[in-house]
Amino acid sequence: MEKKLMKGCEAIGEAAICAGARLFFGYPITPQNEIPEYLSSRMPQVGGTFVQAESEVAASNMLYGASGAGKRVITSSSSPGISLMGEALSYMAGAELPAVIVSIMRAGPGLGGILPSQSDYFQATKGGGHGDYRVMVLAPETVQEAVDHTIKAFDYADKYRNPVIILADGILGQMMEPVTFPEPVRPEDLPEKPWATTGAKGRERNIVNSLYLNPDVLEERNWQLVKKYEAMREDVEFDTYHLDDEVDVMIVAYGTVARIARTAVDTMREQGMRVGLFRPVTVYPFPSDALAEAADKAGAVLTSELSTGQMLEDVKAAIAGKRPVEFFGRVGGNLMAPEEIVEQVTALMERQGRSVA
Amino acid sequence: MQSEIILAGFGGQGVLLIGKLIALAGMDDNREVTWMPAYGPEMRGGTCNCTVVVGDKKIGSPISKRPHHLIALNLPSLDKFEDEVRPGGIIVTNTSLINRRPKRDDIKLVEVPANAIAIEAGSPRAANMVALGAFAAASGLVTLEGLIDVLDKNLAKNPKLAEINRVAVSRGYELGRAGA
Repeated sequence: MEKKLMKGCEAIGEAAICAGARLFFGYPITPQNEIPEYLSSRMPQVGGTFVQAESEVAASNMLYGASGAGKRVITSSSSPGISLMGEALSYMAGAELPAVIVSIMRAGPGLGGILPSQSDYFQATKGGGHGDYRVMVLAPETVQEAVDHTIKAFDYADKYRNPVIILADGILGQMMEPVTFPEPVRPEDLPEKPWATTGAKGRERNIVNSLYLNPDVLEERNWQLVKKYEAMREDVEFDTYHLDDEVDVMIVAYGTVARIARTAVDTMREQGMRVGLFRPVTVYPFPSDALAEAADKAGAVLTSELSTGQMLEDVKAAIAGKRPVEFFGRVGGNLMAPEEIVEQVTALMERQGRSVA
Repeated sequence: MQSEIILAGFGGQGVLLIGKLIALAGMDDNREVTWMPAYGPEMRGGTCNCTVVVGDKKIGSPISKRPHHLIALNLPSLDKFEDEVRPGGIIVTNTSLINRRPKRDDIKLVEVPANAIAIEAGSPRAANMVALGAFAAASGLVTLEGLIDVLDKNLAKNPKLAEINRVAVSRGYELGRAGA
């Protein structure tokens, strides 16, 4: 298969085409502009439609409408833009509509800055919009994984009839790496969606709605949705590096930070330090069971993120006090160097009374 | 073995392009590569840089605070990144625009009058290609044939420009080999 050197954002755009999506609705914001830029020229070439809406609110409601009509749909935005999409996200979760939302995180809060960050982990995994709902969240670390996740996200969205978020930062969006694409799916070959509002001639009307005024009906519906969210656990994904044997410190990191941590692990392994890396690939559902199991073989845990400590809460919940869990974060658009992670691990080992080889 | 290279210059000098050409040549050579631009809020005429990593195993961090090599096309780039280069690394400087030598004596210095040679090759805009050729020769990281191949594939639409670039990169390569 032919390798191409592509930016993360452009590769995500091509992956959406590959997955059979022919509708993109969006609104510009740095650092994800290369996704709409790419699709604005690419969609018309494959008979698709690119719409630059008047706002993120409008774009996300266009997504809601087109998904209700049974089409594979995608939008992308960055932090403040994803906030504006929160309402439609909640409505889509409530109406059980599949959609793919690409969130290329920048530094916040507020308007913040345009540099890479992981400050929207809570926004993606714990809500973003109102109401008691969940969305599946995939966190790629390479451009190839961003491609694979985007294609998978469409399948998961259809499988669970639920929005799926691709959660990445500005590094992944702007970086170029070699990628290959699978054979594209033709939209006409995708499975039928019998629930979609495609015209009711000759059949019962399909209704796409999230309004349930009767509390008993709504309560029943809420518990039904929970069953679906629990079922998503069968698609939990994670990755481990140097965790086959016991380690003094296990680093937990996702996305870009996992890459930086891998470099740090290599350095420390060369020095004889017993250190490994656990990387959640799906951050909702979170790989809690696998992480708890891995922690059993670790002396202590260091969670590292480009935030002030968000995934940290999921890590602590999974490990449930069985091991010390410490945190190292950089924020504001700054990245940690591998050397900083080495320093943090070394200091943690010393605090734990473990010899640093 | 992994090589981390910072390429820096004024916006418009084509540092992102030559970084991409190294990454493409590395990819064609079946190596692992990443190309990462600095994408902060920049002024027109301000500095511009990217980091390219070429290696034989999965690449961790795509950015580097301790690069192995530096290609500096203007003085602010040399000022900014000179101290970060690892001992034993290569620093390529464009002496057409840089009027000082690096302070470091633990690096391999490759000086090329990139703008002057580019003008001889047919266009002052090909100064980046001269520096690229010099770096390729001094580092051995990518071959001249590999670079010319990716140049032909990526600039095929403009044969005249492709020819100027071929000449510029080859002249740079000769100088890099002589200086190495």
